[in-house]
Amino acid sequence: MAAVKQGRSELGVALLLLILGGWALIDATQLAAVEGARGPVGPKTVPIAVGILLVVSAVLLAADILRGGRGEQEAGEDVDLSHGSDWKTLGLLVAAFVANVLLIDRLGWPVSGAVLFFGTTFALGSRHLIRNAILSVALSVSTWYLFNLGLGIALPVGILKGIL
Amino acid sequence: MDALSELLNGFATAAHPTNLLYAFVGVLLGTAIGVLPGIGPAMTIALLLPLTYALEPTQAFIMFAGIYYGGMYGGSTTSILLNTPGESASVVTAIEGNKMARKGRAAAALATAAIGSFIAGTIGTLALALVAPGVVKLAIKMGAPDYFAVMVLAFIAVTTVLGSSKIRGLAALAIGLLVGTIGIDPTSGQQRLTLGLPELADGIDVVVVAVGLFAVGEALWIAAHLRRTPAEIISVGAARMTREDWRRSWKPWLRGTAIGFPFGAIPAGGAEIPTFLSYVTEKKLSKHPEEFGQGAIEGVAGPEATNNASAAGGLVPLLTLGIPTTATAAVMLGAFQGYGIQPGTRLLQTQPELVWGLVASLFIGNVILLALNLPLAPMWAKLLRIPRPYLYAGILFFASIGAYAANLSTFDLWLLLVLGALGFGMRRFGLPVVPAIIGIILGPTAEVQLRRALQISDGHISGLTDTWFAKIVYVVILLVLVVPPIVTRLRTREPVKVGD
Repeated sequence: MAAVKQGRSELGVALLLLILGGWALIDATQLAAVEGARGPVGPKTVPIAVGILLVVSAVLLAADILRGGRGEQEAGEDVDLSHGSDWKTLGLLVAAFVANVLLIDRLGWPVSGAVLFFGTTFALGSRHLIRNAILSVALSVSTWYLFNLGLGIALPVGILKGIL
Repeated sequence: MDALSELLNGFATAAHPTNLLYAFVGVLLGTAIGVLPGIGPAMTIALLLPLTYALEPTQAFIMFAGIYYGGMYGGSTTSILLNTPGESASVVTAIEGNKMARKGRAAAALATAAIGSFIAGTIGTLALALVAPGVVKLAIKMGAPDYFAVMVLAFIAVTTVLGSSKIRGLAALAIGLLVGTIGIDPTSGQQRLTLGLPELADGIDVVVVAVGLFAVGEALWIAAHLRRTPAEIISVGAARMTREDWRRSWKPWLRGTAIGFPFGAIPAGGAEIPTFLSYVTEKKLSKHPEEFGQGAIEGVAGPEATNNASAAGGLVPLLTLGIPTTATAAVMLGAFQGYGIQPGTRLLQTQPELVWGLVASLFIGNVILLALNLPLAPMWAKLLRIPRPYLYAGILFFASIGAYAANLSTFDLWLLLVLGALGFGMRRFGLPVVPAIIGIILGPTAEVQLRRALQISDGHISGLTDTWFAKIVYVVILLVLVVPPIVTRLRTREPVKVGD
């Protein structure tokens, strides 16, 4: 049962490869050849070749899956493959990540970075809320100083302008 | 002689107190980050790249030298104390190393890994210094068709050698080549695959690619499958070896070095094959073959030395031809390009201070590594106990800073998320990440060489194969493609014959 399900989602990978290949091929047709260029290789050649390669690998992958081949999920020190993907954790992580992207230019890194770290630790199951909050602020403020003063990279200061 | 005097100049560069400090910081950070579970050498370099933005290229690469060896040693510490490493080159180390640790011999396993890495790294770096000028002399005669052939070999080797499925390797390579094509075509100035987004016109920043595929992809993947009960960690004192351990280790170290360096130097898909080869060799030659699988010290000493020697060997094609053979080397190449430096035949002439400073720093970094790691083993072991929420939150945090700091644009953060999702999907469906990263970074260069070769030949396809060197490389490619399937077929047939 699980193998059938895994096979179906893997066919999705083959479909994605096919779509990517189609994208490369369509994009290539919209390129103009260079006037007076010598040789068969113009700006189109590589996108077409890559597109064909993607389509071929999509077909090969689909054939492999239908013949019973399955991709091997990556193992690791902290990875437990006995249960499926934990979508709730993933959703919270992505939410924290997106919050940082939306906030960084408005509120500045010291705030958005803290939100990012606090949100991701919460998503990953840490419930020491006060400790995590202190840690988050300490990390984001110290990295702001490190980048702005130490490395000369101006991370946005945002609403804390004048305070930091 | 020439190489040696250049190397001495390199030492003069590297021994400058500031540069020594950078090497030291590089080793320390590289080891500390590399020890953390789930973080391999390629991710270590990608995450630490932003720290070098403000540095001069020479100093940045001196720091990289430290991070390179430090990150690798950190990875083997993890695999000895924790087992099941995330990084392919340490897989073999984990077999015997973790068994030794479980028997209370963690200190000896870490010591033989550290000293073996030191010896292999030193000999390997010396070989790099001696071989590189010669390779450059040969490489100067290489034309566009030759380069293109070598790059095709790198693509083929990395897709067919790594991972359990060649089809999935090919798919990963194709995705990488596609991502590498995004941006303005250098010859015609037209936008390719940019979806009309101006931010994509210059292509995707290497830092964003590396951090997205390795750091974000890995963190999301692990987070979705986080072990509910933390893995068992073996505590350890300072790393040290008995006289008996020394006696059993020194030959595997040297043999491992001899196996690792040449494998690293040719585009053959990284350290996976040579470390395995070293393991098998030691098992064959050992006086205690029965100990293999139970924690034989030779099984740690050999593969660890091989791993480091092959890392040193991998710098030969990277520095002389600009061709990366491993993910780590690909990220380094990306870092070079970030500084506007194109590794290749002219690098040794145009940037001798940088190259020889880097090589000398590899020697210095190795010494620092040994000095740090024997006494500090217990501290590194403590790092393994870092609460997992902090570890993976930290990876996402530093990945976000790194990607944002590259261009100070939130667009890169969105891109980081997309690439992270790609990295997650690849891990989920067993597509290896290394062919993708090699495709992204090497693809555009391969296109340039292909165009150049066909312009020279006035469009004749024969222009790709008309040099003897290119012909040899294509024969090698053919062998890489044809021989392994035949061998496996013969192997599977044999028992059938016996059965008849």
